[in-house]
Amino acid sequence: MSLLQADSVTKRFAGITAVNEVSLTVDRDEIVGLIGPNGAGKTTFFNCLYGMLVPDRGQVVFDGKNLSGLPVHERCRAGIGRTFQRIELFSGMTPREHFLVAERARNRSGSLWKDLLGRSRATEEERERVQATVDLVGLHDDADHPIESLSLGRGRLVELGRALMTEPSLLLLDEPSSGLDREETREMCDVLRHVQEERNTAVLLVEHDVDMVKEVTGRLYVLDFGSLIAEGSTDEVVADDAVKKAYLGEES
Amino acid sequence: MTEFLEFAILGLPLGCVFALMAVGLVLTYKTSGVFHLAYAAQAFASARVYYELRIQEEWALIPAAAVAILIVSPAIGLLLERALFRHLRSAEQTASLIVSLGLLVALPQITLVIVGNEPTPNPPGLWPNGNRVLYDVGITNLAGNKVAAILAAVISVALITAMFRYSNLGLKMRAVVESPRMAQLNGIDADRISAVSWALSSVFAGLAGVLLGPLFPSGLQLINFFTLLVAALAAAAFGRLSSIPLTFAGAVLLGVIQQLLARYLPSESIITQNIRPSLPFIALFLLLLFWPGLRQGRTADPLAGVDPPPPPPAATDRPHALTIATRVLAVVVIGAGIPYAMFGVSDSWLNYVLLGVAYSTIFLSVTTITGMTGLVSLCQASFAAIGAYTVAQLAENQGVPVLLGLLIGAALAAVVGALFALPVMRLQGIYLALGTIAFALMFDNVIVPQEWVGGVSVPIQVPRPVIGGTEVESDQAFLLVAVAILALAAVATLLVKRGTTGRYLDALRGSQVAASSIGISPRRVRVIAFAVSAGVAGLGGGLLAMIENPTPNKYAFNFGLFWVVIVVTLGARSIQAAIIAGFSFVFVPELLQRLDIGWLPENVNPAENPFALSTILFGLGAITYARHPEGIIEAQTRASIIRTSKWLGLDLRTETEVQSESLAAEPTDEDSTDQDGGKPVPESVGGDG
Repeated sequence: MSLLQADSVTKRFAGITAVNEVSLTVDRDEIVGLIGPNGAGKTTFFNCLYGMLVPDRGQVVFDGKNLSGLPVHERCRAGIGRTFQRIELFSGMTPREHFLVAERARNRSGSLWKDLLGRSRATEEERERVQATVDLVGLHDDADHPIESLSLGRGRLVELGRALMTEPSLLLLDEPSSGLDREETREMCDVLRHVQEERNTAVLLVEHDVDMVKEVTGRLYVLDFGSLIAEGSTDEVVADDAVKKAYLGEES
Repeated sequence: MTEFLEFAILGLPLGCVFALMAVGLVLTYKTSGVFHLAYAAQAFASARVYYELRIQEEWALIPAAAVAILIVSPAIGLLLERALFRHLRSAEQTASLIVSLGLLVALPQITLVIVGNEPTPNPPGLWPNGNRVLYDVGITNLAGNKVAAILAAVISVALITAMFRYSNLGLKMRAVVESPRMAQLNGIDADRISAVSWALSSVFAGLAGVLLGPLFPSGLQLINFFTLLVAALAAAAFGRLSSIPLTFAGAVLLGVIQQLLARYLPSESIITQNIRPSLPFIALFLLLLFWPGLRQGRTADPLAGVDPPPPPPAATDRPHALTIATRVLAVVVIGAGIPYAMFGVSDSWLNYVLLGVAYSTIFLSVTTITGMTGLVSLCQASFAAIGAYTVAQLAENQGVPVLLGLLIGAALAAVVGALFALPVMRLQGIYLALGTIAFALMFDNVIVPQEWVGGVSVPIQVPRPVIGGTEVESDQAFLLVAVAILALAAVATLLVKRGTTGRYLDALRGSQVAASSIGISPRRVRVIAFAVSAGVAGLGGGLLAMIENPTPNKYAFNFGLFWVVIVVTLGARSIQAAIIAGFSFVFVPELLQRLDIGWLPENVNPAENPFALSTILFGLGAITYARHPEGIIEAQTRASIIRTSKWLGLDLRTETEVQSESLAAEPTDEDSTDQDGGKPVPESVGGDG
């Protein structure tokens, strides 16, 4: 049984079918890519998976559990972590604080009475776990700077680390390389592979950058005009003529 | 059936007046995005001026109506649009909400200062000899004034609908509604269109005000205009803030149902008697919660209603030496101030200090809800009232020790706050504010008059607390108790703010989607914050009750508005600002009273009219919110820190120093690694497109 199974997910906006009968699966321990040209419906599909949009038809099953009607924060608790295409960080906080907040939210150890008794400082165990994530995503130098002073590439790593703090069994990454230069994209790829080896987290990656997709994913789905036009192992799909025409045309 | 119709007809005039106001609100909201609560104040101004012209100056009907409706209200509206709201069009909704709340508080007082505050029995209407009965309708009759209300509303709403649909101006207005920027690209002056719609809406408000007058023969009372506002809000909500015909229908329906309730509900029960006048509030509340489609539209953006987070407090980059100096100064001022207040001043001044401490405690509750969550709650007075009545009833009728009663009152306020917040926290921004107004008015009208709350004509006595077997009788000793309670509330607020709950709230303000994506439930955290805030308000209210016996007028809903305006204007995010706000609220009127400027006319002389003038001062102060959302105190602190540091030659603190004090910092963090502060900033996170 697959970890994530989306069945015939359909989403319409006032007559336009943005996502049409899209089904896909992600197994444990694999990195799967979802690619497609601009406006193909990738982000809409993603938001349906994550509960920010309610699909008109179809369902999403995660870890044997139907996610329909579950609010976003419940999906996190079920084991799905995500990052955002347009970066979403907590202004005024340092990366370390981001991770601590995520850690508290994960094991729900931050209750009001602890605040009122002045017992809200980080415990030794929490510090260690936060440090482990700082090391994992490679943010040593910037862990205590407010995120406003970080570069976009570093900001994406903070998002990744924050998602990892919740110990997800599946990571949804929405265009993690968008806006990054070549060097930063490479760093992101390295961190992703490293994370996958160390944590065995399954990853569903929505990407634009074909080089990055080729480098990290094992399987690919291709979306065009809201429908899947190809799926299979990355090498096969990238070689597929229809895919080249729809998406890779000019580039390859 | 005929009886049903008769009662329905009875409700038409009021319903039509509601409709005029509601259509005005919707019109401005559609064309300029501002929810202008101060239309109620403009309606009051028109009605009051009309009364003055007709009765005192004995003008004829038509010139008086022309001045009151076509000049006074539109002039105010245009002035406000030009000077304030035009510049707030792209600001977050909280800014225009706070500013219009401030105006709602200040404008009626300005009106009264100008025309005088004499009683106004039997206000004239727009029908010559308007109390003469024109039609007999069974149980009731339609006097000229009522017919005038119906005719005026039907004609003007029909005109505005036709204008919207068929005229060139209407077409342009619809274009501006669709997209002001796009309209401008097509050569439409969006500013002018917005000004025209403000003027038109103001005419509607003025007309509503003048027509409302004769429906309440006891005189022009502000509370009736607040009710008018809330009824109009409910009708606007019924029309989903966009449809004028639906809004009209909703308003008329509200007026009619109110009369039908009078007929079909048992008339003896006190609850029924209170529910009927509260119908607009109940309707607004239910519509906000259950009317589908209301929360879409302008707030469909998931980030709407969550304001961009404010910059860190000025104190974070204050040089270390200056911080120490400030703290020493604070200790000296408080340490010397308390004994001075106890022994150095007269009894009446000591009493004011006590009141200042109590109001500071109540105001801290605004720091929790508005300062920490960015949400505007306008029902803090109700929670203060819960604390006050609880301690009063428990101490007086049940013999519970006063301090225990105080804590029970605070806890009860927190519980009520949580129960209220559970359904309401689905709302955001302006809708949440409206929901809290509705709650406060329901509380005032349905709960407070009950005998077991505040519904006794003689105020309930609250004894002073007993500590160590002796009653703290003197005000001197009681001041220490009061300061201890304030300190308790301040420390609790600070702990919540710095603790996990505060961090979750910061995260939610930073990005609600991201906070949800790590498992934070936005609603749950906000409910907690709301409950804490209600508890603090209850504590302060209970303390206030020990100083002055609780009477309903001290906790009336309009104080809830007023308090929020004061605190937010001075600074919603810091505890000092709340305390300064508490003392200002008590001392500014007292100081004004001692400022006798003999050559000024009586109404504007501070010594003669201190309360009106201080209300105007605080209300108009809210205008500064548009420029300084962080509050006056915070802005001044920042400026003075920079000035003093420069003068003393001190460096502002670097980021690393500041961050090493944070919740998550490593205890062994070596700050020396980043001395030059030179961080790689190729592309800043905040500037991502």
